[in-house]
Amino acid sequence: MTHPPGSEPIAIEARHLSVYYGDFRAIEDINLPIYRNKVTAIIGPSGCGKSTLLRSFNRMNELMPNVRTEGQVLYHGKNIYDPDVDPVEVRRRIGMVFQKPNPFPKSIYENVAWGLRINGFKGSKADMDAWVEEALRAAALWDEVKDKLHQSGLSLSGGQQQRLCIARAIAVRPEIILMDEPTSALDPIATLRIEDLIRELAEHYTILIVTHNMQQAGRVSDYTAFMLMNERRAGILVEYDETRVIFTNPKDKRTEAYITGRFG
Amino acid sequence: MKTNGAEDLFQPNLPRRHRIGRWGLILFQISTLVGIVVLTALVLNVLNRTFGYVAMTYQVPPEALSINGIPVERLHPLDLAYLLRQHLPPDLLARLESEGPLEQRDRRELLDLLTTKVMRPKVLETWTLAQSIFCRQAIQTRVERLYPDARLVFRSWLTPEFLTRPQSSRPEFAGVRTAVLGSLWVVAITIAFAFPIGVGTAIYLEEYAKGKDTWVNRIIQTNINNLAGVPSIIYGILGLAIFVRALAPLTSGAIFGLVPEGATANGRTILSAGLTLGLLILPIIIINSQEAIRAVPKSLRLASYALGATQWQTIWHHVLPSAMPGILTGTILAMSRAIGETAPLIVVGASTFITVDPTGPFSKFTTLPIQIYQWTARPQDVFRHLAAAAIIVLLVMLLALNATAIILRNRYAKRRG
Repeated sequence: MTHPPGSEPIAIEARHLSVYYGDFRAIEDINLPIYRNKVTAIIGPSGCGKSTLLRSFNRMNELMPNVRTEGQVLYHGKNIYDPDVDPVEVRRRIGMVFQKPNPFPKSIYENVAWGLRINGFKGSKADMDAWVEEALRAAALWDEVKDKLHQSGLSLSGGQQQRLCIARAIAVRPEIILMDEPTSALDPIATLRIEDLIRELAEHYTILIVTHNMQQAGRVSDYTAFMLMNERRAGILVEYDETRVIFTNPKDKRTEAYITGRFG
Repeated sequence: MKTNGAEDLFQPNLPRRHRIGRWGLILFQISTLVGIVVLTALVLNVLNRTFGYVAMTYQVPPEALSINGIPVERLHPLDLAYLLRQHLPPDLLARLESEGPLEQRDRRELLDLLTTKVMRPKVLETWTLAQSIFCRQAIQTRVERLYPDARLVFRSWLTPEFLTRPQSSRPEFAGVRTAVLGSLWVVAITIAFAFPIGVGTAIYLEEYAKGKDTWVNRIIQTNINNLAGVPSIIYGILGLAIFVRALAPLTSGAIFGLVPEGATANGRTILSAGLTLGLLILPIIIINSQEAIRAVPKSLRLASYALGATQWQTIWHHVLPSAMPGILTGTILAMSRAIGETAPLIVVGASTFITVDPTGPFSKFTTLPIQIYQWTARPQDVFRHLAAAAIIVLLVMLLALNATAIILRNRYAKRRG
């Protein structure tokens, strides 16, 4: 296993991370530093634990039944799995976008404003309006929805819904955004818009994206982590490097085989 | 059409498969038809008894009361008061005056007094709607022969007065006001008790206890499912033991010092009845609410948690609103069941005969189904007509309450888009 040169500042880092579903170990001893304001893609064949790894970065795994986590996830020098850390606070700082767009059955405005409100937003109504607009602009959705902010979020197209979900996630000012195959339910044009958006967002946020689509990883990410299942069907990290290196000059034969399409 | 030899793999049974399908369709149509026929028969049977000829006599016939050829029901209130003064015995008149001067009462009340105290109609024999239509001649000859001074009138047993009059031992004057008010009170308490507890239990079981598949949770779940099938009479016995007997100080209002003057209800109050029916429908509400909560997509919960919402915020802002239409549907079903329940209320001690309106949760009570049951149990045939009219009132009330609940639910569902 190789790691890229550790000169960049690290936003969050998995250390000896293993996740179990009951007795089954889904990922095994993962060591993965994620660099600040970069897009990091996690690729690998189905069932290798990409999503499990992603969810363990903001403790969303704990919402699944019978999950146990070993090892550490260091965030600002603190293990987020320490008993004195509140997962609710972790998730405000480390947001998430899901595979299928899942806006709330509320208005577009409320979709964005709700996260602020429940986290105890202190500003006035005007502050809220400005904040919602900023989030929608950042998600490249403002121009399309500014005249219908009070229509249901579900009335939007799939791609717009996903951008609304991104706006909703960035409205609460996270540092890191986790994306679990955010374009797999979208058509190619909507996919491209989301990819452009991910590149723009990387200026301000650290983004960790799981994708099935290797071209996508190549287009959007700065770093790529390649995962595989070992003989016990547990996910392991095979290679982690700059995307350019992974796609052109992988050091591991298995990575090369996967990249060139010989399996997976 | 021989193509690739795949035909050899399959039997040529397509016509047979279609035939089976057609038979299935016929079967379903027949079952629907049977349902419609039975329902129609029920409605016709009720209507049959609600209208029909009656042979009746008056102590003072209405013609004798008309003034200057104006029939009694069109007279001015002051004339009605005058008539009452003319015909009523002095002691009764004095009592009525002490409640309020006759001249200040409204028309309907005066007319009602005139009918019940002066004209005093008496029903001698009744006929059903079918008899009235098809055997009119026979009825007329029979009346002429048996009751020479009676008159034959076509009567609707369901009248506005039927709704506004209290219970009475004279079928001519009996009404369902006490029973309707009793039913509304009982249902209100039932829902107020069972809805919050039922939904709360469902939330706990689905949202909090879900991940922990302990034996305690499994026992609770199994028991709730079984409780939904327990016969209602058993709930009546339970209500009798707990609410009427053990909690009598509470259900009679004694510990609040709220026992109405001269009350003889002890624990057999509206509150006891409402709580008993509440227990009865609790499992139904819990199971339906659980179904509704389970149907809320997981993705909605995840989206909420990913924004840094607590479990309570997720439940309150997303799970409950999304599940609410389903929860309300279950509650509507449960409410319908509670309105129609009779057996447990008999056990809990519904009054067989009260003429005073319920004034609060600590009053004695009767409900519409109880009233219907008692009327049908009387030996006199006349009361069967009252029961039929009361059944119509009950059905209309049921429909009205359900319609209100459904409209509320749909409005709620629409608002969430």
